Amino acid sequence: MIELSEVLILAAMLFCISVAGIFINRKNVIILLMCIELMLLSVNLNFVAFSHFLGDIHGQVFVFFILTVAAAEAAIGLAILVVLFRNRNTINVVDLDTLKG
Amino acid sequence: MKDVYLAIVLAPLAGAIIAGLGGRFIGRSGAHWVTIIGVGISSVLSLFAWKHLMFDGGEVYNAEIYTWLKLGDLKFSVGFLVDQLSVTMMLVVSFVSWMIHIYTIGYMRDDPGYQRFFSYISLFTFAMLMLVMSNNFVQLFFGWEAVGLVSYLLIGFWFKRESAIFASLKAFIVNRIGDFGFLIGIAAVLMYFNSLDYMQVFSQAGTLENPTLSLIPGMEWSVLSFICICLFIGAMGKSAQVPLHVWLPDSMEGPTPISALIHAATMVTAGIFMVARMSPLYELSETALSLILLVGAVTAFFMGLLGLVQHDIKRIIAYSTLSQLGYMTVALGASAYSVAIFHLVTHAFFKALLFLAAGSVIIALHHEQDVRRMGGLYRYMPVTWFTALIGSLALVGFPLTSGFFSKDAIIEAVHYSQLPFAGLAYAAVLAGVFITALYTFRLFFLTFHGEERMDRHTWEQLGESPGVVTFPLFMLAIPSLVIGAYLVGPMVLGDYYKDAISVSAGHAAWFNEMVSHYSGAFDILVNSWKHAPVWLALAGIFVAWLCYIRYPHWPGRIADMSAVIYRLFVRKFYFDEVYQAVFAGGARNAGNALWQWGDVRAIDGFLVNGTARAVRRFSASIRTLQTGYLYHYAFAMIIGLLLLLAVFVHQLM
Amino acid sequence: MLEQSIFYIFAAFLIFSACMVISVRNPVHAALFLILSFFCSAAIWLILEAEFLAIALVLVYVGAVMVLFLFVVMMLDINISTLREGFSRFLPVGLLVAVLMLAAMGLIVGGGGILSDPETGATGAGQFEAAAGNTRLLGKALFTEYIYPFEVAGAILLVAIIAAIGLTMRKPRTQRTPKPGKQVSIKREERVKLVNMESE
Repeated sequence: MIELSEVLILAAMLFCISVAGIFINRKNVIILLMCIELMLLSVNLNFVAFSHFLGDIHGQVFVFFILTVAAAEAAIGLAILVVLFRNRNTINVVDLDTLKG
Repeated sequence: MKDVYLAIVLAPLAGAIIAGLGGRFIGRSGAHWVTIIGVGISSVLSLFAWKHLMFDGGEVYNAEIYTWLKLGDLKFSVGFLVDQLSVTMMLVVSFVSWMIHIYTIGYMRDDPGYQRFFSYISLFTFAMLMLVMSNNFVQLFFGWEAVGLVSYLLIGFWFKRESAIFASLKAFIVNRIGDFGFLIGIAAVLMYFNSLDYMQVFSQAGTLENPTLSLIPGMEWSVLSFICICLFIGAMGKSAQVPLHVWLPDSMEGPTPISALIHAATMVTAGIFMVARMSPLYELSETALSLILLVGAVTAFFMGLLGLVQHDIKRIIAYSTLSQLGYMTVALGASAYSVAIFHLVTHAFFKALLFLAAGSVIIALHHEQDVRRMGGLYRYMPVTWFTALIGSLALVGFPLTSGFFSKDAIIEAVHYSQLPFAGLAYAAVLAGVFITALYTFRLFFLTFHGEERMDRHTWEQLGESPGVVTFPLFMLAIPSLVIGAYLVGPMVLGDYYKDAISVSAGHAAWFNEMVSHYSGAFDILVNSWKHAPVWLALAGIFVAWLCYIRYPHWPGRIADMSAVIYRLFVRKFYFDEVYQAVFAGGARNAGNALWQWGDVRAIDGFLVNGTARAVRRFSASIRTLQTGYLYHYAFAMIIGLLLLLAVFVHQLM
Repeated sequence: MLEQSIFYIFAAFLIFSACMVISVRNPVHAALFLILSFFCSAAIWLILEAEFLAIALVLVYVGAVMVLFLFVVMMLDINISTLREGFSRFLPVGLLVAVLMLAAMGLIVGGGGILSDPETGATGAGQFEAAAGNTRLLGKALFTEYIYPFEVAGAILLVAIIAAIGLTMRKPRTQRTPKPGKQVSIKREERVKLVNMESE
């Protein structure tokens, strides 16, 4: 039998890898988006693990909603990315500093 | 009798309202008729009330007419107290006012504010009658403030003259200082007696002789002295005693009838009347009496001196009024309340007469008021000359005239007073007699005798004033001449006031001495040559004759020889300058400082703009944190997450 | 024991593919490794008895989202070398942060007793009903208790579709469309011009 903590640590490692990914690939918006997908995956993993070990279906309901919203987010994020590239001809985060104070 | 008293008060008010609000519809003659009839009704009914009380053995009237408001146990009401004291005042006020209404027809003939003027003086009559007839402190204060208001309006009557505006404001503000003390006094009365009704307060006065209060820790004051002094501060403002006298000479900016009525005969004597009315309180406080005596003596002597160097005919009489008010105050201080009121009555007549005579001269000279451009007028204005002579003689206290009896009585009363400053006051009033005679006849000689110094154009048009002017002169000259002899017996030596004025046994020495020396008016007259005042008055007249008729170049030479003192007199002891510099200037500086430092710097500069500046600086420095780079925000979030985790771990450990 | 070893294998693959996602040069490769990691976690979810969600993850993510990613990556002409700038410079920092966070999280969840009551030691673990399948349970919860959030989720997806289309649509303006606002606010002076001229 697998333990709950094993799954949780797996999710934590996934989360930390994606955090490191954000640090390392800080200029590439596409990789940043992928890292965010990874983070959401780790959170979903947590939900599923708790749902399983508590015998409670509500955790899976939450995963369902997170998947929905994440799909929508990815769609819009990529749409924005396309428009951005069309207008500025770059996706380099360093060039996107119009909002600076 | 209630209806009679109500009519006395309300008739002038009705006249004032009709003339004031409906002046446009009733026209000029309508305005003077309605007010003269109103004040005439008051005057005749006052005479009737006086006769009722004095000769027909009528009862003293003391009742509430109307309850204004109730606060718990406290009741503010309108009520009348008509006793021997107030009925005398009513008679004097309404009669002098009546005469001045008639006189005004002539004096203000060409003035555009004719109806307004009549409305004001009628309103003044109403307010003054409310003041003297009141039976409680609230109504007294109402009348007190109302006469102050009308005085302000009338000094500034010619509101297009800057000096008149200044004078009216000055009068108002100086009176505010006095009224502040007055109000505190009334509040103290309310606090300690829990009543504002005269009779209730007087009946409890004895219980407060010993209690003390301390405003400044460590200083114990007698409650009664505190109340009396506060009330007297009000009287100092209204009756123009040193150091609150500065407004009265300037009030001569108003039309002459006003100077006669308000600033000589009636309103300025309100303070004297008030102290006399409060005699049961003042009798219990020797401290207050001593202060009154001292203030009165200083005023009587030093203000008389200033009259010697003035050139404006009205201002000379104004300083004379100050000096005479000082005499009355001295009499109050010596517990001779009856004598003070006696002098008040005679002074009302002869000072009003003098002012009206001066007004008559002013009319004839086309509003020229400088005595250096008058002279020799007796040839052209015999009636004015004659009545002015009567007024002047009464003022200096020439035997037989009314001023002689009243002033002599004051001097005698001070002579027998045992208060600390009585000796000083006695010297001051004696010297004052000489000074009074000197400035009065200086004025008289410069105006009516000697060289004719007016310009040719004016000289050609000289002539006696019309009947509406000379009639009041005569009507006032008669009482100025005879009323003293008539009243001295009952008022000074007799029991005229009955219970209206109370003098404690310890302070009644002057009365016993007077009664033991004299039996009546004739007796006083015959014995007058034995006393100094008459000789001092005659000496004053003689010196005036020497200086202004016989050797006209003397005054200038004397002024040159004593330049420092002369300057001091001309600048009126620098009261105005000091007040301007210290109080007015101080207030202005304080205001300036508050504006510059408090408002501009502290509030605007520091609080308002300072806040904005601080926010701007702060945000200017932290806006650089907003780089606009996505990963910086991501880092910030991750660092926050780490901190949060650290907190969790810390709790778990 | 078999279950455990299967879990560990998939977990190892998951970690490996995640590391590759963040470290490969080519974004296309990164997307492909992301697909691999989704597959691995779908397997783990199957082990954890979340069959419906595992299938949904594969269908929705691998079938739709990741295809979208691949489309975009390939569509955009990206200069990879500039985007890789600072990769090695920030590697230590990123690793440090990751290790720190992992240590903290491990301290919190690694104790094993996360579900147990601190006093009694009871784990409170439960079991799904044996008879009912995972899909039936989830469907029951979604369509009864969570019916309104479910509808809202549908609306969100609709909005996302419209937004994505609206953002990326590029159409030349050839049509004339009426503008009611301008029509209402028009003034007479803008339409009619009065001219004075000599009559002939």
